[in-house]
Amino acid sequence: MLDLERRAIAALEALGVLMTNTCINYQTIMPPVLREHVAYGDTGVVIYSNSVCGARSNFEGGPSALSAGLTGRTPRYGYHLDERRAATLVVDVGWTPRELNDWGALGGIVGRLAGDYWQVPALVGIDRIPSSDELKHFGAALASYGSVALFHIVGITPEVRLDDDVLLRGQALRRHGVGETDIHAFHQSYAAAIDTVDVVVFSAPQLSLMEIAKVAGLLDGRRATIPLLVVTSPQVKPDADRLRLTERIEAAGGTVLSGMCFYQSYAREMAEANGWQRLATNSAKLVNIIGGYGYRPALLSMEACIEAACRDGRIAR
Amino acid sequence: MSSRIIADAGMGRRVEGEALVAKDGFSARYDLDRARGVFSRSEHKLAGQSYVGRVLVLDAAKGGVATAWMLHEMNARGVVPAALVLNVVNPIMVQGAALAGFTMISGFALDITHAIPNGAWVEFDPTGDLEAYAKSFAVKNLKG
Repeated sequence: MLDLERRAIAALEALGVLMTNTCINYQTIMPPVLREHVAYGDTGVVIYSNSVCGARSNFEGGPSALSAGLTGRTPRYGYHLDERRAATLVVDVGWTPRELNDWGALGGIVGRLAGDYWQVPALVGIDRIPSSDELKHFGAALASYGSVALFHIVGITPEVRLDDDVLLRGQALRRHGVGETDIHAFHQSYAAAIDTVDVVVFSAPQLSLMEIAKVAGLLDGRRATIPLLVVTSPQVKPDADRLRLTERIEAAGGTVLSGMCFYQSYAREMAEANGWQRLATNSAKLVNIIGGYGYRPALLSMEACIEAACRDGRIAR
Repeated sequence: MSSRIIADAGMGRRVEGEALVAKDGFSARYDLDRARGVFSRSEHKLAGQSYVGRVLVLDAAKGGVATAWMLHEMNARGVVPAALVLNVVNPIMVQGAALAGFTMISGFALDITHAIPNGAWVEFDPTGDLEAYAKSFAVKNLKG
């Protein structure tokens, strides 16, 4: 496995690729700008860039993103075109999420409502400006559950300044409502049947410096008694080291990993090697993916994940 | 008795096989144990069932970018469905099928997961002439 990864890295470097090893380049490397045409090969990056930055990209897999990098060209269709960027459904949000896992749950619910790549949900009713991390978790879950590449939030995202903008210039759109009970039920659908977990994972997307600082703060004076993995980018990790966040997390029994992704790192083989079956995370995207790798996931708040890690995996009710 | 269904688009070679049908999505990363050749996500309606050699008839392409290369990997190992039939695809599924030389069709006037019974023997042929390529992918239900 390792040899194959090394060969792939060497081949990409030989082509002139900068191996940034991150899925949060919009927080760390260089966010795209409004109306910039890009070709990104990561769904979380595409939906954030399209929606929060107002840039223009389709979902590009490895082959097409690499082709775009080599040629400077990308096919002119889909979300590069104005007419594809109008909303196709409206979601009335009756409860603005608080924690990152709540934002992910909302993304999962809206993704299921949207249904496919060509749907563009517009959210109405978010009552405060979300943070970059909140929109990161919302977008990553929306892209994961719905294969959605673009969303709008009325009053917040840059292509939607007025209600009229998202209503497809007067056309009637299908409309859905999502409230606190829906978000609670989404969590329950995963966590209700699990009392204890074998591993706690913060990943997917990689954590920002702010998220790592919060993990460190929650672990201060405590001790993780089951594996606790914190995954971030090679750009964030040196700052986490410099600010001694890594040291605080690892002193409490956690492990900070850089430049990787939990589910892309042979998650099934890790489960088999370590006897992991049940996993707690605050990432709705990870919850959606990891079931296919043989895990039973629970979607919890960051606080509840830390609590479980420090109580032999037992989930507080 | 057989029936014929026309799709909007498709790619790959002529294929026939037994249909494995569900009103659910498809992602090579999220849903499959690619080593054992079974649907492994417990919430999926085909959980536990083998997809090897079957014609998968599902609703929509789901998830992210990994399917762009995973179909190729599955093909290389020979643990692979015979073809994919989807109501709605996304660019990832299309490039994944193209890279793998995989047969896939999509775009119907009806819900294809309702039109084809699970277990039916289906046949489709996207290898017609260029003019027929966009319009004449027939899904022939030979048992229906």
